[in-house]
Amino acid sequence: MSDPVNKKRQVMNHDAYPDNYIRGILNSVKSIAMVGASPVNVRPSYFAFKYLAQRGYDMIPINPGHVGKELLGKPFVASLSDLGRPVDMIDIFRNSSHIMPVIEEALTLDPLPKVIWMQLGARDDAAAAKAESVGIKVVMNRCPKIEYGRLSSEISWMGVNSRTLSSKRAPVPTQGMRLSLNRMSVGGGDTAASDRAAKNKSEQS
Amino acid sequence: MSDRLPGFSTLAVHAGAQPDPTTGARATPIYQTTSFVFNDADHAASLFGLQAFGNIYTRIGNPTNAVLEERVAALEGGTAALAVASGHAAQVVVLQQLLQPGDEFIAARKLYGGSINQFTHAFKSFGWNVVWADPDDIASFERAVTPRTKAIFIESIANPAGSITDIEAISTVARKAGVPLIVDNTLASPYLIRPIDHGADIVVHSLTKFLGGHGNSLGGIIVDAGTFDWSTGGKYPMLSEPRPEYHGIRLQETFGNFAFAIACRVLGLRDLGPALSPFNAFMILTGIETLPLRMQRHCDNAKAVAEFLAGHPAVASVSYAGLPSDKYNQLARKYAPRGAGAVFTFSLKGGYDAGVSLVSKLQLFSHLANVGDTRSLVIHPASTTHSQLDDAAKIKSGAGPDVVRLSVGIEDKEDLIADLEQALGA
Repeated sequence: MSDPVNKKRQVMNHDAYPDNYIRGILNSVKSIAMVGASPVNVRPSYFAFKYLAQRGYDMIPINPGHVGKELLGKPFVASLSDLGRPVDMIDIFRNSSHIMPVIEEALTLDPLPKVIWMQLGARDDAAAAKAESVGIKVVMNRCPKIEYGRLSSEISWMGVNSRTLSSKRAPVPTQGMRLSLNRMSVGGGDTAASDRAAKNKSEQS
Repeated sequence: MSDRLPGFSTLAVHAGAQPDPTTGARATPIYQTTSFVFNDADHAASLFGLQAFGNIYTRIGNPTNAVLEERVAALEGGTAALAVASGHAAQVVVLQQLLQPGDEFIAARKLYGGSINQFTHAFKSFGWNVVWADPDDIASFERAVTPRTKAIFIESIANPAGSITDIEAISTVARKAGVPLIVDNTLASPYLIRPIDHGADIVVHSLTKFLGGHGNSLGGIIVDAGTFDWSTGGKYPMLSEPRPEYHGIRLQETFGNFAFAIACRVLGLRDLGPALSPFNAFMILTGIETLPLRMQRHCDNAKAVAEFLAGHPAVASVSYAGLPSDKYNQLARKYAPRGAGAVFTFSLKGGYDAGVSLVSKLQLFSHLANVGDTRSLVIHPASTTHSQLDDAAKIKSGAGPDVVRLSVGIEDKEDLIADLEQALGA
């Protein structure tokens, strides 16, 4: 599978990610530190944390308000600086206005993370540019649970357009199983119409 | 993996379907079951809390129906879809997510007669107030907007006369008003028009018509374009506010650009109950595989029949947007270049009595209240589909007493023309 980002660094269009870009990230990262992980089981961060753990990712919850407690058996860590171990990806569950300090802290890590991912609704182009300037791949305004479910077609149970096709028989998913994301893409990134709407919105604001 | 885009016909066959994980069955199986076992208590809790992907109960979701949903979402270019029991059920479920009692929605006056009844009477009893506008006068939509307006509803190709609606112009009004545009795309099907490409935020269908296409199964579907921002101003609390039904989840925040489809499923279908039978979903899926082939034949036949009627001495006028002389021909060329659909009307010089006589003499055309069947169909709207409207409303919606509606099938066009000729001439 080709990965255009590794071949040469190019300006990423953050309005519409090619499926290959997202697929490459989800296929290559193993450990994910989730900034803003919540123990409240109706929060989106809890949903994503639980799902990604079920799909075999090594998950680390980061939230200074819950140090000393665990999230699904994983101890909370106060901050990125307190990780004490390398991570492949940082997944940020914070509003757009709180992204920059997290990126600045991430850039002090050694080794650097390979990917910084901002959740649905979160976007900070200046912070993204800063991370990209040192070779970190950035995804904004997306959910890794939704993207994993979409590219594996596991999300299709609820009528979501996975925008992928496959004539291959897939295994029945079990706990901890990584699923194949190598399906034929119907379109790159997001659907054209919702990309256009998101772009219009970001231009207005 | 390349990001090359498959074409419409490939999606019509493949989207949403893959070999069954358990058996390898290549055709989509009919999962004729009410319920699905849980792995353990945690799995059950995760499913009920919307945290995990999976099936619970067929009123909320079913694997056969899910294939149908993804396929139509792909054909329409939407983010997600929800299949329901009928086109009417789709309309109830959509508006339940958008309107509170006392709210308003603007609807085009030219609609399927059943929709006019549903909006005027049934929805009024819910406190959802319809305000009518004229699709031939875009300014009438602007004038109808009030602070209580929550949505605009139109048909892409409008029943009964097959007129074409200027979707882009009305979507501009909707955007300015900050409300979603809902387009009923039943008579066009996504093969002819993809309303999302022209600014629709929600698309609904009666699957019973061209998508299923064989006149054998009822169904409806809702497609979420993923284009509307539900979070602003607290105007759409079903999407933006914590839902007590799910311990305080906010659907837009959790599900992003397919939150509307999820709201329709977990708040609408779950609580109102108009679930689609998996058997019907299977029949409709089989129909969709040949949609591009059938739809082109429907259109080609309709054009030939319309041309024949336009030249017949007993016919006063033909309303078919595919004819160059038709007032909607420019819009048809813009929105539906492959063909102007297969449902249209014509009026007879002999008025009401000539209409009744024609219907009784036809041998191939079936006299019944449906459209979008492989078989050619005929009806006299004034005495059937539009009979509950008063005379003025009948004329305004294009169903005057002298009007006959055809839904042209995929038979040999020469046989259809011969049937009309003998029925008109004798």
